[in-house]
Amino acid sequence: MIDIINTFINGLSLGGIYAMIALGYTMVYGIAKMLNFAHGDIIMVGGYTLFVAIGLFGNPILAIVVAIILCGVLGVLMEKLAYKPLRGASPLAVLITAIGVSYLLQSLSQIIFGAGTKYVNMPNWGSITLGSLRIQVYTLVTLIASVVIMVALSVFIKYSKTGRAMIAVSEDRAASELMGINVNTIITITFLIGAMLAAVASTFYLLKAPSISPTFGSMPGIKAFTAAVIGGIGSIPGAMIGGILLGVIEVFTNSIPAIAPYTDAIEFTILIIILLVRPTGLLGKKRREKV
Amino acid sequence: MALLEVKNLNVYYGVIQALKGISFEVNEGEIVALIGSNGSGKSSTMKAIMGLVHPKSGEVIYNGEKITHTPTCEIVKKGMTQVLEGRHIFQELTVHENLMLGAYARRDAEEKKNDIKKMFELFPRLEERKNQIAGTLSGGEQQMLAICRALMSKPKLLLLDEPSMGLSPILVKEVFDIIKEIHNRGTTILLVEQNASKALAICDKAYVLETGSITLSGTGSELRNNDKVKKAYLGGE
Repeated sequence: MIDIINTFINGLSLGGIYAMIALGYTMVYGIAKMLNFAHGDIIMVGGYTLFVAIGLFGNPILAIVVAIILCGVLGVLMEKLAYKPLRGASPLAVLITAIGVSYLLQSLSQIIFGAGTKYVNMPNWGSITLGSLRIQVYTLVTLIASVVIMVALSVFIKYSKTGRAMIAVSEDRAASELMGINVNTIITITFLIGAMLAAVASTFYLLKAPSISPTFGSMPGIKAFTAAVIGGIGSIPGAMIGGILLGVIEVFTNSIPAIAPYTDAIEFTILIIILLVRPTGLLGKKRREKV
Repeated sequence: MALLEVKNLNVYYGVIQALKGISFEVNEGEIVALIGSNGSGKSSTMKAIMGLVHPKSGEVIYNGEKITHTPTCEIVKKGMTQVLEGRHIFQELTVHENLMLGAYARRDAEEKKNDIKKMFELFPRLEERKNQIAGTLSGGEQQMLAICRALMSKPKLLLLDEPSMGLSPILVKEVFDIIKEIHNRGTTILLVEQNASKALAICDKAYVLETGSITLSGTGSELRNNDKVKKAYLGGE
């Protein structure tokens, strides 16, 4: 029983990380109507930033702040330089560009840091014991921080003027322009938030396993994209639920030795099944045809 | 000086030319109607004025200022907005949230509240449904909401694209009454309609569009008595 609770907490924690990343995919998809396949590589850039910044300052908190800011800037630059010129172009052109940006970032990091694995000197907070339950502190931190961020983001989207404008743009771009909303600004803000969340996810990842390589962001990126699609791409609550669901499934499958080697296969099979049954994902909306 | 001046506007969609050198004027205080059949270029004209499609050549001058390449959101701030064909309300947001988005570019919080009250006086049904998700409103209510939302930006010039489309005859009458009311309160109106008889009845002047060109123009009553217009648009003898 204790094992199950422990596994569940670990699953929620991993799910929180997936949700952070999935939010970036889903918000960008909902608002800019594109899949940013370079999103996973922002996680990687965040990781290397932490690696360098911890080396420079020694202070992990400062390093995390630097990583979040730098990734935010990267997200905005990515949008302005690579995607904005393609507004109105075919979705395929945008998709290929995104893959190009992804390889560009991976290659750059390989040129700068080499292809090998680097160790990041993240703080080790040890573990705490509650009765017979022993939990790693980073697991709790990840869990609590991701819940706080998700609540804050939901409140921001629902109640702030900018948040409502984001919903408006995701629903109807032309009508939004006619409200006086600067759609370009809203898209930039979306990339900024998505990239900052990716940096947060990067921090959580490195707290768990403090090593990094140029392809560090690939697998989390694909997993979180899967989570976003399971939840219904474009839906913010969908990304949260999809992320947490996938995290819990992953940790539970990993905890059973007989099926542990097939974890990834099981996760992607679940994606396929959900898409067969509900092509729009769990919370995805069918776009209503307008009269 | 005209409030809105359109000069020799040419719009292309790929290789297809939708507007072939359109020119017309809207003076302050007028209701101007553009009539024409499906595909004659009425909506393209509206969208080109608002910067939602980019003309290949020609000029749009609003209030003496050239706005041909001004972003849509900036045009709205200058006092001109459009109700799109097919309403385009934000389906997932409430009626109140839709109205607040209409005033997105404004910074006068108190005035906004007042204006929402005014909208609810004009449309009591919207007040009853203030917190309802807009997607659940009936077609007529959605059209009222779309018009109110546009008014929330306090436009000097309001562009209405097919406001009566898809509505029952009673609602069509109601929409036209509302257009007159908005006009009486001091808003200049550019109206695009397939319902030519209703449009010609309320407008000061009208232009007839055919396959991207203006083929006729005149006052509402002149055009209503024009044989060609009668035959083509008024279903008349």
